Amino acid sequence: MRLLEGQFRNPSGCAISAVISRNGERMSGKRIVESMKPMHERSNGLGGGFAAYGIYPEYKELFALHLFFDGREARRECETYLRGALELVKAEVIPTRTIPAITDEPLIWRYFVTPLRSVLANMQIDENEYIARAVMHINTNIPGAYVFSSGKNMGVFKAVGFPEDVGEFYRLEEYAAYAWTAHGRYPTNTPGWWGGAHPFALLDRTVVHNGEISSYDANRRCIEMYGYKCTLQTDTEVITYIADYLMRKQGLTLEETASVIAAPFWSTIERRPEREREQLRFLRTVFPSLLITGPFSIILGFTGGLMALNDRLKLRSMVTAEKGDRVFIASEEAAIRAMEPDAENLYAPAGGEPVIVRVREGCY
Amino acid sequence: MRSIYAGDMDFTVLNELLRETDEDMELEGCLGQRFIGAGMGKRKLRIHGVPGNALGAYLNGADIEVFGNAQDAVGDTMNAGRILIHGSIGDTAGYAMRGGRIYVRDNAGYRTGIHMKAYQEHVPVIVIGGRAGSFLGEYQAGGVLIVLGLHEDGRPIVSNYPCTGMHGGKLFLRSRCEDVLFPEQVTARAASPEDREELAGYLEEYCALFGLDMRAVMDAPFTVVTPDSANPYRQMYVAN
Repeated sequence: MRLLEGQFRNPSGCAISAVISRNGERMSGKRIVESMKPMHERSNGLGGGFAAYGIYPEYKELFALHLFFDGREARRECETYLRGALELVKAEVIPTRTIPAITDEPLIWRYFVTPLRSVLANMQIDENEYIARAVMHINTNIPGAYVFSSGKNMGVFKAVGFPEDVGEFYRLEEYAAYAWTAHGRYPTNTPGWWGGAHPFALLDRTVVHNGEISSYDANRRCIEMYGYKCTLQTDTEVITYIADYLMRKQGLTLEETASVIAAPFWSTIERRPEREREQLRFLRTVFPSLLITGPFSIILGFTGGLMALNDRLKLRSMVTAEKGDRVFIASEEAAIRAMEPDAENLYAPAGGEPVIVRVREGCY
Repeated sequence: MRSIYAGDMDFTVLNELLRETDEDMELEGCLGQRFIGAGMGKRKLRIHGVPGNALGAYLNGADIEVFGNAQDAVGDTMNAGRILIHGSIGDTAGYAMRGGRIYVRDNAGYRTGIHMKAYQEHVPVIVIGGRAGSFLGEYQAGGVLIVLGLHEDGRPIVSNYPCTGMHGGKLFLRSRCEDVLFPEQVTARAASPEDREELAGYLEEYCALFGLDMRAVMDAPFTVVTPDSANPYRQMYVAN
């Protein structure tokens, strides 16, 4: 008898993986998909996804919105909203491949849009804020419509399925990106649905996450005070909004953001040199509700770079490596070897120690 | 010695192949297959490539040699045998290990030797050539953990919170440990001549296997950590 999900022990824990070219060379999605195969057992087929940076150079001044629709009615309603709120330059179905492993797909569309300058001037906000508000509006108020990607010259591709199948479904070998991140999901507390697959994205920031957030509700209550709405039924979403809030709205650096969400213990802070100690005390004191506790390893993608980060106790695994201008990050060394058998300088970052990789200025 | 090319073989298929025979085996092109050698009795297994998580879990006498790095949970709840790693290992190596030896040439990740235990003549030993991550020997209840600090990247020999919850066994660090913060419930002291003699007994095989000069390894200060008393955490619980 075939046992159903939940009736057997599934020795899993999500899988994450990433590659970036520091020279901004664009790579097809083939390798990143390969990297997920040795980690197959870390997922259980209830979610897989990828983020790709540099894939829409012909539309790089426009925001690329990727959307799931439950049906035509949701699409019509959403398109009416988009036409009224934004200049809509191009609308198309995201090309997919019909394969037995991926079923029950929603309607999957992308829209290249830009806010109207007159509206921005009138509202006295910048285009990023306008788009972020539009995303929150659609995800909260239009039933059956979910924006799952909203940055410029980048895109998220995700589905219910194993990541290697999701890569095939979205024809990722046909895209070229200077940075890729990937996720294989093993949902623990929340449903495995299309919108709940990783990466989670807002504007150009994306998060893939292995772990679960013990502090989720404290984080959610805090971030929802600043205009964000957690609508996607899983914990990782809140990390994306925290990153957006700390960096875009508060102007923190990546390093400072890491020190807020994976703040060292007070006992560790007390042993640091004075200047660093003062800064860490400040960040923990000002943003106490944005400390993320519980196990996590995440890769944060953004225009021009990636940041890998573990929780401060390092309750999830993560390895980094290099080869030439490429940097690799994954839950397991095997995933890195699948992308680059001769990878060098293998390193396991400590808990709370951010690893930041940037593409050379002017190369993305 | 018979050889198998692991490549992209599924871990269940590979492990069944290994269980079908009692012969010594050599694995080529390993790429993340889990549970290799799990529960394996007395025989030899040589591994090229990257073995997956839980290598040698519940190992029961086998001699495993890895020509490269290993991932997380090496020798989980290992009972007997030897695991030799010509590289580094991930987190939680030797979790609840209760016998046998794990020898690592380079570095170890977080929580090495967490909850190691010992009983009469069953005394597990882990030797790390380089450095170890945080929570080294957390809840250690028995056995011997040794970290040599022969790494050259300038990072500390051990990261934060070593020996948290330790209540048995012994830990040796090849350092004066002036910057290491140990919990109140353990005693860290310079190794005595008797300690050094005991240590030499553990290191002889390790140095021979990795071609290290035993005298040079021993010619350094060592710190020995043991729990304070038989019941160091009594004050942390309600007496009833």
